[in-house]
Amino acid sequence: MAAPILSVSGLDVSFRAGDAWRNVVRDVAFEVGPRETLAIVGESGSGKSVTAMSIMRLLSPANARVTGRIDFEGRNLLDLPLAEMPSIRGNSIGMIFQEPMTSLNPVLRIGKQITEVLEQHRGMTRSQARAEAVRLLEKVRIPSARSRLNEYPMNFSGGMRQRVVIAIALACSPKLLIADEPTTALDVTIQAQILELIKTLQEDEGMSVVFITHDMGVVAEISDRTLVMYRGDVVETATTPDLFATPEHPYTRALLSAVPQLGAMAGTEYPLRFPEVDMTSGEIAETGPTARTVDDASAPILDVDKLVTRFALKKGLLRRTVGRIHAVEGVSLTLRRGETLSLVGESGCGKSTTGRSIIRLTDPVSGAVRIDGKDVLGAGKAEIAAIRRKAQMVFQDPFDSLNPRIRIGSAIAEPMVTHGIAHPLQARKRAGELLERVGLSAAMLDRFPHEFSGGQRQRVCIARALALEPKLIIADEAVSALDVSVKAQIINLMLDLQEQYGLGYLFISHDMAVVERISHRVAVMYLGEIVEIGSRRAVFEDPQHEYTKRLMAAVPIADPSRRRARQPSNDEIKSPWRPADYVPPQRHYREAGHGHWVLDN
Amino acid sequence: MSRTSTNSAPEDKLADRPPSPQSPARRLIAALLRDRLALIGIVVVSAFVLAAALAPAIAPQNPYDLSQLDILDARLAPGSRSGGGSIYLLGTDGQGRDLLSAILFGLRTSILVGVSSAAIALVIGTSVGLVSAYAGGWVDSFLMRVVDIQLSFPAILIALIFLAILGQGIDKIILALIVTQWAYYARTTRGSALVERKRAYVDAARSMALPDRAILFRHILPNCLPPLIVVATMRVAYAIMLEATLSFLGIGLPVTEPSLGLLISNGFEFLLSGEYWISVFPGLALLLLIVAINLIGDALRDILNPRREG
Repeated sequence: MAAPILSVSGLDVSFRAGDAWRNVVRDVAFEVGPRETLAIVGESGSGKSVTAMSIMRLLSPANARVTGRIDFEGRNLLDLPLAEMPSIRGNSIGMIFQEPMTSLNPVLRIGKQITEVLEQHRGMTRSQARAEAVRLLEKVRIPSARSRLNEYPMNFSGGMRQRVVIAIALACSPKLLIADEPTTALDVTIQAQILELIKTLQEDEGMSVVFITHDMGVVAEISDRTLVMYRGDVVETATTPDLFATPEHPYTRALLSAVPQLGAMAGTEYPLRFPEVDMTSGEIAETGPTARTVDDASAPILDVDKLVTRFALKKGLLRRTVGRIHAVEGVSLTLRRGETLSLVGESGCGKSTTGRSIIRLTDPVSGAVRIDGKDVLGAGKAEIAAIRRKAQMVFQDPFDSLNPRIRIGSAIAEPMVTHGIAHPLQARKRAGELLERVGLSAAMLDRFPHEFSGGQRQRVCIARALALEPKLIIADEAVSALDVSVKAQIINLMLDLQEQYGLGYLFISHDMAVVERISHRVAVMYLGEIVEIGSRRAVFEDPQHEYTKRLMAAVPIADPSRRRARQPSNDEIKSPWRPADYVPPQRHYREAGHGHWVLDN
Repeated sequence: MSRTSTNSAPEDKLADRPPSPQSPARRLIAALLRDRLALIGIVVVSAFVLAAALAPAIAPQNPYDLSQLDILDARLAPGSRSGGGSIYLLGTDGQGRDLLSAILFGLRTSILVGVSSAAIALVIGTSVGLVSAYAGGWVDSFLMRVVDIQLSFPAILIALIFLAILGQGIDKIILALIVTQWAYYARTTRGSALVERKRAYVDAARSMALPDRAILFRHILPNCLPPLIVVATMRVAYAIMLEATLSFLGIGLPVTEPSLGLLISNGFEFLLSGEYWISVFPGLALLLLIVAINLIGDALRDILNPRREG
């Protein structure tokens, strides 16, 4: 290998915790060669972002202690006075952060934010900088770049903002680009575009890239070499193909086995548990096949017919309706006992609103919803209470969906007491049993939510949802915020519970690979409508609709040998906003196979 | 099904935390005691409250009992000996009252007025704010316009008008203070309740069909408390100050039962003739109390700041 651009050795980082110092990164060493892409992968708390921040010296010296060597362009960055760092940041090392919504200044025009960097770092005049800014925006493929210079960040979508951030990072033609989870907040089709863009730019500019991510699929797509971090230690470094083919460390194996691979389920009929991995020995225990849980004979537990939910946008003093968000437009679906129907789609496609409308957390405009045969939309207050007992919801953010001031024992017992299912003492006993059922212990009843990790909280939320013995659980992105290994455990738990209680799941997710693992049937949503619905096998193995195909092609595949050449597209996700007088067209579905319906365009 | 029972949470082993079943209230108190300035504030306020509560027992004299006053002892300097032989530590006022006793008794009135008016205003304001945030729509608009109107008048003006109509008396001054203050609590509560209402745990409670009452008071209200506690602390200080102001202007309490404000006012005319103590000592007591309460309030604001949590 040619002389490395960046060489890190013996990097130790400690954070101040009260009076003591807590070691968060230990003895990290790696090199990045010219034109090489190194991925640093790990779950939350692994120290991957801290490592990136220490390279840029972005950690505050008051709270963080960094030791070791970081050699870049023949100098140890850790020896440089802090005052010299700004000339390195931006000039020779560019950085992209995760959140494109916050890394741009909302009150400055896009053009200004780019030209500022050019004027300061490259000493350009204002007109030179403007011309260069246009060139940069064109380079990151922002259409009609010249006219967009005068717009504010709020006029840009998430993917477009990330392009602007990349343009700023590239402004000084850095030798090294550090990208910290740059695509995590983006939708999968947009992620594919950004990954493709970073790859092309790297080749054009001859940069090296340090790419930090939690997503093994992204790693497989983009990196030459990969560094696996676990709780502050580097556990394995290998070229990416080797790492995927022959993982050495138990943790790497565990991580890889927990990554669902799109297409891995071809030929199987039922959902499949994730293999269980012993974290110390690295032994992988295949889990048994799931039983047939779907009850075809009885009436559907959930029946949704032509559901429509719109939100009016009002303006002016008289609150005139100027337009509507057509969040859900004519959605029809059924779900049987013991069945998992997944609603997949990208942000703004109306999948969450569909879930919320079904139990009337949001009030739909028209349509019909029956849960266990009972009409929901026409129900009065008392009837709604009875219906909601049968359908429970599990939410995305386990940090937000538990009341921080209520002990989890009371949180689980409260609905049972309120609905008169159990006396407070019985309810508490039952709450303990439910905690055991979801893999926690009854001894935790008196803890507050902040004492649990994310995965444990999601288990608590599931226990709480089970308290009312529902027949249907609406899981709204229930595993999206969790680390891969935890995600796999929660999915396994959900499959266990389905076998045991015959639960029906309406599984709302943007993650195609997880959906493939857990579903019996799948509905793909786009702009408020279902574009394709059918058995999981039919939709995944024989996708019919254009959008389904595009969605599947965009999912990164956790297998470097299957890396595909992509067509860099520039499509944005369209908005479901319509003017007030818009009349939605009549839709027709054609049957592509048994129970497999596709929207006719 | 034997397999499923072994599906315990492995991440628990990784993230072993010592069990610390501490309630948020206990953590708050612990944090408060660690703050040095807050500790000083707490000590001073406690001392004042204790002194006020025990005033009848520890005061050398009952300043409200005119038969104990001797007009010959009027305007004696601090440390003077009375006709009866006892020492006036802080001197006497124009009616021959022992100032120390008058201050102790005056504190009783000030603290009673401040705390009770703030507490009642808190209850009213919080209820209005919660209802406003949860109901939304025209109820919200209506209540918030009332709050706007209320807040657009200076508190002192509203209190003056009120007392002019109602007349003097401790109950009337408390009423006036409640009227001037509930709007602050309503505004604060509504703000945080609106934020809390959008959080997923409220959706979760709704999807479990918990009654609105339970959602409002058991789920939303406790999460709105942090900013309210801060506002309430500062408002107690403000209420005490407002009462002192009104009494100083002579429209608060009757002259026979002087509060701190009235004592200051009584001594005002002698200030330039060198008999400083009649105004200055009650003034100092008032200053110390207000500063101490504000120290606690500042510390609470820092501790309860959501950005600092975690």
